[in-house]
Amino acid sequence: MWTPELSLALALAIPAIGGVFVALLGSRPNLREAATLIAAVLLALNVAYLVEVAQGHPTLNLATLAPGLHLVFKLEPLGAVFAAVASGLWIVNSLYSIGYMRGNNEKNQTRFYVCFCIAIAGAMGVALSGNLLTMFLFYEVLTLSTYPLVTHKGDAKAKRGGAIYLSILLGTSIGLLLPAVIATHFLAGSTDFIAGGLLAVNEITPAISSVLLVLFAFGIGKAALMPVHPWLPNAMVAPTPVSALLHAVAVVKAGVFAMLKVGTYIFGPELIAITPAADALAWIAGISIVLASVVAMTKDNLKARLAFSTVSQLSYVTLGVMLGSPLAMLGGALQIVMHAWGKITLFMSAGAIYTATGKTEISQMNGLGRYMPWLFGAYTIGALSIIGLPPLGGSWPKLFLLQGAWDSGQAWLMVALIASSILNVAYLLPLSARGFFSPPEEAKLKKQPPMLVILPPVITALGVVVLFFLIGPLRDYLAPVFLSSTLAAEAAL
Amino acid sequence: MLEILAERFNYIPIIILMMIGLYVVIATGNLVKRLVGLSIFQTSVFLLYITIGKVFGGAPPILEDYKADDGYGHGGEGEAYGAAEAGHAAEAAAGHGADQAAPAADAAHQAAEVLYSNPLPHVLILTAIVVGVATLAVGLALVVRIREAYGTIEDDALNTADYSLESGSAE
Amino acid sequence: MQFLADFLPAGVAMHAPALIVVIPLITAALAALMPNGRVAWIVALITAAAVALLSLNLLGQVMDEGVISYHMGGWAPPLGIEYRVDMLNVALLLLVGFVGLLCVFYALPSVADEIAENKQALFYSAFLVCFAGLLGVTITGDAFNVFVFLEISSISTYVLIAMGAGKDRRALTASYNYLILGTIGATFFVIGVGFLYMATGTLNMADMAAILEANGHNRVSQAAFAFIVVGLGLKAAMFPLHVWLPNAYAFAPNFVTAFLASTATKVAFYALIRFLFSVFHPDVSFVEMSFVWLFAVVGTIAMVVASLQAVFQTDARRLLAYSSVAQVGYMMLGLGMGTASGLSAGLLHLMNHALMKGALFMALGAFALNFGVRRIKDLAGMGKTMPASAMAFTIAGLSLVGVPLTVGFTSKWYLVTAALERGWWWAVAALMLSSLLALAYVARLLSAIWMDSPPTHHGELTQRRLAPWMVLVPMSILALANIYFFFHADPLVWLARSAAEAVMGGS
Repeated sequence: MWTPELSLALALAIPAIGGVFVALLGSRPNLREAATLIAAVLLALNVAYLVEVAQGHPTLNLATLAPGLHLVFKLEPLGAVFAAVASGLWIVNSLYSIGYMRGNNEKNQTRFYVCFCIAIAGAMGVALSGNLLTMFLFYEVLTLSTYPLVTHKGDAKAKRGGAIYLSILLGTSIGLLLPAVIATHFLAGSTDFIAGGLLAVNEITPAISSVLLVLFAFGIGKAALMPVHPWLPNAMVAPTPVSALLHAVAVVKAGVFAMLKVGTYIFGPELIAITPAADALAWIAGISIVLASVVAMTKDNLKARLAFSTVSQLSYVTLGVMLGSPLAMLGGALQIVMHAWGKITLFMSAGAIYTATGKTEISQMNGLGRYMPWLFGAYTIGALSIIGLPPLGGSWPKLFLLQGAWDSGQAWLMVALIASSILNVAYLLPLSARGFFSPPEEAKLKKQPPMLVILPPVITALGVVVLFFLIGPLRDYLAPVFLSSTLAAEAAL
Repeated sequence: MLEILAERFNYIPIIILMMIGLYVVIATGNLVKRLVGLSIFQTSVFLLYITIGKVFGGAPPILEDYKADDGYGHGGEGEAYGAAEAGHAAEAAAGHGADQAAPAADAAHQAAEVLYSNPLPHVLILTAIVVGVATLAVGLALVVRIREAYGTIEDDALNTADYSLESGSAE
Repeated sequence: MQFLADFLPAGVAMHAPALIVVIPLITAALAALMPNGRVAWIVALITAAAVALLSLNLLGQVMDEGVISYHMGGWAPPLGIEYRVDMLNVALLLLVGFVGLLCVFYALPSVADEIAENKQALFYSAFLVCFAGLLGVTITGDAFNVFVFLEISSISTYVLIAMGAGKDRRALTASYNYLILGTIGATFFVIGVGFLYMATGTLNMADMAAILEANGHNRVSQAAFAFIVVGLGLKAAMFPLHVWLPNAYAFAPNFVTAFLASTATKVAFYALIRFLFSVFHPDVSFVEMSFVWLFAVVGTIAMVVASLQAVFQTDARRLLAYSSVAQVGYMMLGLGMGTASGLSAGLLHLMNHALMKGALFMALGAFALNFGVRRIKDLAGMGKTMPASAMAFTIAGLSLVGVPLTVGFTSKWYLVTAALERGWWWAVAALMLSSLLALAYVARLLSAIWMDSPPTHHGELTQRRLAPWMVLVPMSILALANIYFFFHADPLVWLARSAAEAVMGGS
C-alpha cells in the first residue's frame, strides 16, 4: 500500500537505514559505496513521488513528545523542491565522493559515508518538517552529523575549523533559534507551519514580531547571514565532497530553506512587510551580499573564495525573505535550486583540480584548462550561472529578486544585487581565464584525474543549463506557496 | 524596654553563645578548635529550645492516676507517659507523648486541673544533642585522619598543601 | 495503575511509608556486620530493590487515594509523627529509589576498586544509612523529623565522602569542610523549626500550616522562614551557599558522587519546596517576595556564574560539580517563578538532571576504574579506548546542553515556556546564556574524549578496554533514559505537573 505518508516516513528511513548498511559493510569498500549509491537512488525515486503528491499536503505524525509537543512531517511544495534538490544532488555527490576519496587515499572513509547518510536524513527531516520543533530537531541533527565530516582530516587545523563550526552553529541555534521557537510556541500555542503565517494569524505586535524576526534571522546560523557567517569559510578544512555537500546540498540550503519556511509559514509575507526589523535585516542581507563578494576577491585559496561567494549568494534568499514581497520570496526559493546546482559544480571542480594536481591556490592554477578542458568548461558554466547570465539557471532568481526589490520600494537593494553580479564576475571568472588563456606552469599533469571526479561537475553544469528552461514548471509549482498575486505580477514581466 | 529584657533575658546568653560559636568557626585556623566552636554554636540552639519550653509552675509530666481505655489513649493529659526510648532517634524521639505545648513567648494554656511541664522541647534537644555528638565524633575522626595524611591540622597549612597539589597537577 | 497499588501484600502496603525508611536502617546495621564487601553489597542491593518496589507501590497508592497519611506507631498527628505522601514526595521517592538501585549495581566494581577491602562492608553500611536518611527527609510530615533525617543523611555523607581519601587525601579536607558548613546549615534549619514551634505550638507540618493561616504571620514566623531557607539552601547547594559541593563531589569515591549528585541536593530542594508551599503559603507577602527576589535572582546568578566557573576547571569531576550548582540554579529559577508551570518545569528539570548527572558521573567512574582518569586531559582518546562509556558520556553531556533528542531539551523547553508565561524575558536570556556556557564546558570534555588521541605507553597505543558489565548496564540505562524520556516525555511531565499542582493547588 503505497501512501504519501509511507513515502514521508521512507524519506527519513532510507538514508538512515542506508547509513546502517554502510557502517556494516565498512570492510568491503565496493559494497559500501554501492550501499550509498543505492540509498541515494532509492531516496531520489521516493522524493520524486513526494514531489508529485506535495499539493495534497500529506502529513505524518512522527512522535508526540509531551502534550502539545509533536514531531510532524507535513509536505508542501517548497519542502518538496528542497528535498528533490538534496536527494538528486546526493547521487551526484556520492559518485564524486567515491572518486575523490579514493583518488586522494583518504582515511576513515566508512565514518565519512555514514555521516553523509545521517546528514542527508537530517536534511530530509528539515525539508519535510511540519512545525518548528521538528525542523529544529533535524537542524541540530544536521549540525552534529556534519561535524565529523568537517574535522575529517583530524589535524590541528581541522579541529580548529571544526570547533569554530560547531560553536557558531550550536551557539546560534541554542542561544537564538531555540528561544525564538519556544517564544513562537508560547505566543501561538503551537509551532505549526500554516499558510499565511502562524504568527500573522495570531496577531502579534510589530515590536514582538521584530524581535522574533531578528532572533530567527541570526539564529538560523546555517543561512550564514553576516556576522554569523565565519563557520562557513572555516569549514573549508573539510574534504571537498563535504564542502560540496555543505555548500550545495544539505547544510547551507537547509539554513536558507529554514529561513524561507519561517518567513512564509510562520510570519507570512504580509506580516514581514509591516515588521520594522525586516527592513533593517534586508539591508544587512544586502550588505552581506556585497561585503562577502568583496572579501571573496581577496582570497587566493579557491575553496575560501567559493565559501565567501556562498555567503554572498545565500544572503540573496535572506534578502528575498526580508523584502516581504511574494515575488522576492519566490526568487529566494528559486535561488535555492539554481545556486545549489551552480555551486556544487564549482566546488566539485575545485576538488577535481586538487585531486589531479594537489593545488589549492588560484594563482597556481595557470593553464590547467588545457589539460582538463571539460572540467574548466563545467566550472565556467557554473560561474556564469552564479553571475546570473542567461541562458543559465542562475539568471532567474536574480530577475525575480530585482523585481521584488522594486515592488517593495527598496530600490537601493537592486543596486546591491547588480553590484554583486559584477563582483561575481571579478572573483569567479579569473580562474577560467587563467585556466584557458594563461600559459601553464608545468609541462603536463602529475596524474589524470579519475573519471568520477570529472563527470559529476559536467553533469551538474548541464543541469544548470537545463534548469534555465525549466523555469515555467518550477515557477508554477512554487507560486501557490507564496501569494497568488505572484502569478499576476509575473504576468506583467 | 526593661520589661522586655526581663521577660526575654534567656535570649541573651543564647545569642552570645551563638555568636561566639560562629566566630570561632570562622576565625580559627585549627580544625579541632573549629569543631569546638561548632559545638558551642549547637549548644546555643539547645538553650533556645529548652528555655522557650519552660512552663512556670509546671509539674513534672508524670500522670498519677493513669486511665487507659484503648492502647492508643485518648484525652490530652493521658498521653504524658511514653518518653522517648525506642532505639532509633529517628522514629522515637520527636512527637511521642507530647502535651499541648505552651511556648514561653505566648500565654500558657491551663490544662484541665494540673499544669504540666512540657517534655517535648527536652525530647527534641536530646535528639539534637545526640546528633551533635555524632557530628562531633565524625568530625574528630576526620581530624585524626587529616593529621595522619597531612601532618598538620592548621587550616593555612592544609590549604597550601591542597592547592599546591592542585596546581602541581594542573597544566 | 491499580496494579501498582495492589502488587504488594496488604500488610506490607499498609506500612509501606514506614518500611521504606526502616528497611534501609535495619539493613545498614546488618551490612556493617557482614564479613566482606561482596556480601554487604548484596544486602545493599536487596535493600535498594525493596525500596524501589515500595516507592512504586506508594505511587500506586497515592494515585488511588490521594494523600496518604501514615501514623508512625499508631500515634495520631499532630501529636504523633506523621509520614505524609502526596504526588510531590512520591516523585522524589521514585527518583531516589530507582537511582539508588542503579547506583548500587554500579557500586560493586567501583567500590571494590576504590575502597580498602576491610572497610567495604562499613562503607555499604554508611551508604544505607544515607539512603535511609534521604528517604526519611522525603517522606516525613513532621518538621523536626526532617531535621533528624537530614542530619542522618548528612553525617553518613561526610563519612562516605571521606572514604575517597584512599585515592586522594583531599577528600578528607573536603569532607571536613562539608561537615562544618553542613552542620551550620542544619543548625540554622533547626533554629528555624524552633521558631516555628514557638509560633505555632506544633511540629506537624500540615498542622503548622493551618495554624499559621488562621493566626497570621509575625516576626517569629518570618525569622523562622529566613533560617529555614538558609539552612535548606545550604544543603541544596543554592548559590552562594554551594562552596562545599565542588570539592566534595570531586574527591569522593565515584559511586558516592554519582549517587549524591542525583539525589542529595534534590531531596534538600524538595524539603525547601515542602516548607515554602505546605507550611508557609506562597500567597503570604514575604514568601511571595522571596520567590522573586531571592530564588529567582539567586537561581539566575547561579546558572551563569557556576557555569562560567565550570568552563575553567581542569579536574573533570569538579567541572561537573560546578555544573550541578548551575543546574540547581535552573531549579531555583523554576521555583522562583511562583507559578504552577514554573514549579513543574523546575521539578521536571530536577528529575531530568538526576538522569543526566547520574550517567555522567557513572561514565567518569568507569573511566576512572579502567584508567584512573581524574583530570580533563586524562580523558584523551576515551572515544577509542572505551567507546561504550564515551557514548553514554556524550549522550548525557549533550543532554546537559539541551540538544534535541535528549531529555535536557524537554526541561529547557518547559523552563523557557514558564519564564515566558511569567513575562521574564531576562530569565530566558539567562537560560540561553547558561546553555551556551554548558556547551562550552561540555565541548571541552567531548573534544578531549573524541578528538584527542589516546596516550601511548612505551610507544604502544592504549588498548580498548570494556568497563565491567555491572558498570556498563546502569550507566547505559541512565544514558538511554535520557533519550527515551525525550520521546516519551509524558510520564515525567505528568509527574512533575501533578507534583506541582499538589503543592500549589491544594494548600
